[in-house]
Parts: sequence; structure tokens; C-alpha cells
Amino acid sequence: MPTRLAVTGAAAVAHAMRQINPDVVAAYPITPQTPIVEYFAGFVADGIVDTVMVPVESEHSAMSAVVGSAAAGARTMTATAANGLALMFEVVYIAASMRLPIVMPIVNRALSGPINIHGDHSDAYSVRDAGWIQLFCENSQEAYDMTIIATKLAEREEVLTPAMVNLDGFITSHGVEGVDLLDDEVVRDFVGIWEPKYPLLDVDNPITHGPLDLFDYYFEHHRQQQEGLKNAYKALPEVFAEYEKISGRKYDFLDLYRMEDAEYVMIVMNSAASTAKYVVDELREQGIKAGLVKPWVFTPFPKKELLEALEGRKAIMVLDRAMSFGKEAPLYSLIKSALYEAKDRPMIGSYVYGLGGRDVTPTMLKVPFEDALKGDLDPNEERYLGLKE
Amino acid sequence: MPVNMKQLINLVEKEDWPFTQGHRLCPGCNAPMVAKWATMTAKALGYEPVVGAATGCLEVSTTIYPFTSWNIPYIHNAFENVAATISGAEAAYRSLLNRGRVKTDKPIKFIAFGGDGGTYDIGLQALSGAVERGHDFLYILYDNEGYMNTGNQRSGSTPPGADATTEPIGSEKAGKVQFKKNIVEIIGAHENVYAATAVTSDPFDFMAKVEKGLNHKGPAFIAVLAPCVRFWRIPESTGPQITKLAMETKYWPVYEIDRGVYKITRKPRNFKPIEEYIRSVGRFRKALQHPEYKEIIAEMQRYVDTRWERLLKLEEVTKDLYLR
Ligand SMILES: Cc1ncc(C[n+]2csc(CCOP(=O)(O)OP(=O)(O)O)c2C)c(N)n1
Ligand code: SF4
Repeated sequence: MPTRLAVTGAAAVAHAMRQINPDVVAAYPITPQTPIVEYFAGFVADGIVDTVMVPVESEHSAMSAVVGSAAAGARTMTATAANGLALMFEVVYIAASMRLPIVMPIVNRALSGPINIHGDHSDAYSVRDAGWIQLFCENSQEAYDMTIIATKLAEREEVLTPAMVNLDGFITSHGVEGVDLLDDEVVRDFVGIWEPKYPLLDVDNPITHGPLDLFDYYFEHHRQQQEGLKNAYKALPEVFAEYEKISGRKYDFLDLYRMEDAEYVMIVMNSAASTAKYVVDELREQGIKAGLVKPWVFTPFPKKELLEALEGRKAIMVLDRAMSFGKEAPLYSLIKSALYEAKDRPMIGSYVYGLGGRDVTPTMLKVPFEDALKGDLDPNEERYLGLKE
Repeated sequence: MPVNMKQLINLVEKEDWPFTQGHRLCPGCNAPMVAKWATMTAKALGYEPVVGAATGCLEVSTTIYPFTSWNIPYIHNAFENVAATISGAEAAYRSLLNRGRVKTDKPIKFIAFGGDGGTYDIGLQALSGAVERGHDFLYILYDNEGYMNTGNQRSGSTPPGADATTEPIGSEKAGKVQFKKNIVEIIGAHENVYAATAVTSDPFDFMAKVEKGLNHKGPAFIAVLAPCVRFWRIPESTGPQITKLAMETKYWPVYEIDRGVYKITRKPRNFKPIEEYIRSVGRFRKALQHPEYKEIIAEMQRYVDTRWERLLKLEEVTKDLYLR
């Protein structure tokens, strides 16, 4: 019998980890990620899971240890946020190039400086080219589901790529919501046991992991990494479908909200999508054909799906919870490039919102729709929602 | 039971070399001896060694894809994190053993290799963390007293008077003036650890320590003085000989700190003056021309004598006082 719990997003993720019962978890605390590891450490301390915990002395060592552990053949997880992710940065790339299916929830938080413990997506974007699968979650339920989905996906032999599950700092991680948990056995059967082909601990078939890769093979290995992500793109619909079978919850590359006949489309990731859905409903009541696209999958980037969803619409407003200094905002620039192939190109505009945890209100999210309705979208202008100017 | 000649000969006859030929370390480099002796000892004792290495000469020269000199499981992650990497692998081993998912019946032993840069400097935090957490692994530092892989830069281990590219001896500056960091004391101070020094001129002392380290339940650390023939500017065939001189001049005392208990494992009958060591290593050549050379040597002699006296006293007062 599935259970419904009123829990924070952090607890929801920790419950997913408890049900997955990974072989090893190595982690270091950082607000707002800390409660995930604290809850999980509690499960270990109470003997609810028999995972080996490695409470390392830094995030750099957390990512280093999970590389060692996953290479050894153990199902391994960690979690972090912002500066912790930044400290891991070097090894985040190495984990992907070593094709280790590590799963890492990221509780999105502004990447200093100045130091700020609240949420935006600058941390996630900072590692967008590291070669990890990146999933984004609107709420605790999605964070729970995606942690399980990520484990299954990352470990597929043709994928073997680590995965990050992004959830918004405080809003999702610390907000209490109702979350439906699957039965423990259902989750365990779903993720199964990972049987790596070349574990470090196979002493009868010794393998050199992480060798020096010069110009004669480095290129080819990167090409293979690219294949891993292409395969992840192919595998995602299958894994989503399998997950739907056990949970009844349907996921896809994109969450399409009131999109059938939508003319004015907002694109936004994670928790702000909830507010945006509310705004869309309000506008619909006024007879405005508003819609919302929320990417669940950021890497591999669902370019084709976006093109299909957006082609022929009147206006697209892309919302980024981060800046890319001196360039267009990260999600915006990708959406814009996806639309290059559109025969019927919509108007498009870029909006930056909610940096450093700034509150996102319905009034704020109406502004892009109002601009669009006036025909006032400029593809080359970055606009700011709720900025005190 | 200490590893003996017979066990090693058996291994050699079977040609079951854990660290084998084909590497591209310089002729005369002392790093491969360290790698070979340590892994051989582990095998001869009936362990399955699983090895990690930090970025550095040993790593870049032994794993040039698609080749490898490692006939045993090996992992390289980055420059500063071999201790953290191995601690993850060791945690995985404990977990998989507990869950009945390890295929071999033989006990696996984890050995991490790091150069002095990756150990004294950039990797010290990860090493300290791994030792404090009590992972069951042996860390072997091959100490060539500088960053060799990147071209003879100074490290926290470079001795004063050595000519290093990031702290060269010039007309205004006398090169590196700081003394070496005392890495064995730092690691030994973690208390739950077996920590020791060794020299490449005395493989049996080294192998006995490897054995102790492997049998110690928890972290172990051995710092081996392992000359780089290029940086040290010494003839290719003389690395081990120079380390013998380092021991005889008290430059590199050979001792151990076993959970707080000090023991000098090699006590030379006749000591030689430190100047003899300085004169035999090419990288000190410029220092020899320094106008205050006599004072510098006197200062160094005083330092090594005092340290030796201190070690003798520590040996006496810590006798049988195991901390943990
Ligand atoms: C984070 C980082 N900084 C710098 C380097 C460049 N680097 C690679 S090896 C090395 C020096 C290695 O010196 P040491 O640890 O003493 O080993 P050796 O080369 O002497 O064997 C340096 C500085 C690196 N790979 N990673
Ligand atoms: S440069 Fe020095 S340490 Fe590096 S391989 Fe050559 S001799 Fe060995």
C-alpha cells in the first residue's frame, strides 16, 4: 500500500534514498541540502538501511569518495548545493568521464558571491557542460520520483552517466507537502541491483580506471560520453513509462500545462512553475490562451520536444533563475537556439527572476504575459522580474 | 609472519607482477621501486591489492591509455584526492562484503600512492580526513621533494637550498629557505594510525613496514624518500645510494610512529656530516656557492642533530604507550 506522508522535500528525497538503500553514501553538509543527509544518516543510525555512510571532511572529498565507491561497483549517492557543488566541480567532470552512475540530489541555491543561502539555479547551470544528466523538480513529489527514476536511468548499460536531481532550496527542500511514497519493495524491485561490468573490486579481471588519456583517444572517449547522453535521451521515455506503471505518475521531457491551443507560452523550471500554472489558469479565465512548459529534463536537452511544443505559438517567454554574465541567460539561449529550425517562429523574450531566493509572486509572473500580449517582446533584451530599480 | 625472501621469489617465479614493465618513468627513477615493492609485498602476503594513485609522475607514466603497467585493479581520480577516492572504494568494499556481493575470498587491501605535492600540499586535507575517519588503507608517499611531473617546482617537502623552478636560487634570493614540513609527525598525530618513513636503499625495512601497515586495522602511512634523478641532478644509478646517505646523515631518519609509539627502525652506527649529503646532490650545487654557505650548513647540522636527539627521547618515553 503506497503511503502518503506530509514531509519536506528533503525528507521525501531521503525516503527515496532509504527505499533505494544504496551501498554507499558520502556527503558533506551545506544549507539547504543538509536535511537530506541528516534524515538519511538517521535511517543508517537506526539500522533502517545498511548503507555505509562516509561523512567526509569536504564536498571535494565527497565527490572523490563517491567516484572511488562507484568505480568499486557500489551503488553510490551524495547530495549537495551551490558552493558545495562548486568545490566538487573538478571531480564532477571526472565522475562523468569515468561513466559512473552516481545519483546526486542538488538543492538549488545561489552560488556565491556574495554569499546567499537561498535558492536559484546558478549552481545547476554552472555544471551544465560536465556531462551529467540533469533533472528538475517542481515539488517534493517530483523530487522523490526523480531520485528513483535517476537511479534506474543512470545505471542503464548504454547510458552509464551520473545524474543530478534538482529541487529548489527551502521552497521545496524545507516546505512541507503531501508526498505519495511507493512501497519499499516496489522501489527496490524497480531499481534492482546494479551489476557493473568492470568494477574495481574484480581482482581477477584487473582494470585501470581513470588513466592518462592523450590526444590519441581523449577525443573518442568524449564522443562516447556524448553517446551515453544520446542513449539517455532514448532511454528516458522508457524509464518514465516503467515508472508510470509502478506509480501511476506520468513524466516526460516536458511538463506541458494547458498547451493544446496555447498562444502565449511561459517556460520555467522547478518550483516557480507552480506559481506560473496558477497565473496561466487566471489568464485562461480571462479568455487568454496562456500555457506553460516546464522542462523536467535539462540534460540531455529536449530540443526536438521543445521545438514541437513551441513552433507556431504567438509568443514564448523564457524565465531563468540565474544569469550568465555577459551572455544571454542559460535556458533562454538554449530555447532560442532550439527555435532556429522553426518554420513558424514565435516572438521570444528573456526574463530573469528570483535570484538569491527572491520571492516569485503571481503578479510578477503576469508581467511577461502582459508584455507578450502588447507585442512587446525583444529577443535581445534581458528583462528582470521584481528587481528594485 | 614477516614477508620473507621465499614468498617473494615464489611470486617472481610465477611472474605474477602486480606492477609490471612498460611504464615510462625516467631511467633511474625511484618511484617504480616503491610501487613494485609495496604491491609485491601485499601479494606475497596473500592479499589482493587494489591501488589508487594521485596525479603525478607515477600516475602519468604508468597508465597511458590504452596501456597500463598495473596488473591489479587501479584507479586514478585527480591530483589532491587519492585518499578520498580510496576511502570511497574501501567503504564500497565494506558495504558489498556486508551484502555478500564481493567475488573474491582473498582479503582486499587498499593502497594509495601519492607524490609529495599531492600529499604534503594539495592533498593534505583529503588525507587527514581519510585518516581521521579510520579507513582501512595504506597510503604510500614517494617523496622526491618537489613537483616533478610539472617540472621541478617547489613543494612543502622541498628542502632549503634546493633549486626549484618556482623558487629558484637567484642573485637576490637564496631559493627555498623554509625547512621541510614534517609529514610523518602530522599524520602520526592522528593517533589511530601507523606512520613510518623508509628509504629506497633498504627495501626490506620498507617491505616490513608495508606489511605492518597492511596488517594494521585502520589507516597506515609510509613516506619513502624516493629520489627523482632529474630534479636531484644525480647519476641514474645512484638514487637508493643517496637515500642511504640521507639516513646516515640524519637528513631522513628511518622510524615509525605506531599509534603514538616511536621506534627508530634503523640506527646507523656511524653518522656522517650533513654536508656530505648536500655535496652529493646536484640540486644543492648553487647553494654551495652561497656566501653564507658555512652558516647554512651549520644550521642544518644543528637541526638534524636536534631532531635525532628528540626522536631518541620520544622512543624512550613513548615505549609501549599505545594511544589507541
Ligand atoms: C588541481 C590541480 N592542480 C595542479 C595540477 C597540476 N599538477 C599535476 S601533477 C603536479 C605535481 C605533482 O607533484 P608530486 O605530487 O610531488 O608528484 P611527482 O610528479 O613529483 O611524482 C601538478 C602541480 C593538477 N593536475 N591538478
Ligand atoms: S621526472 Fe623524476 S620523478 Fe618523474 S619520472 Fe623522471 S625521475 Fe621519476
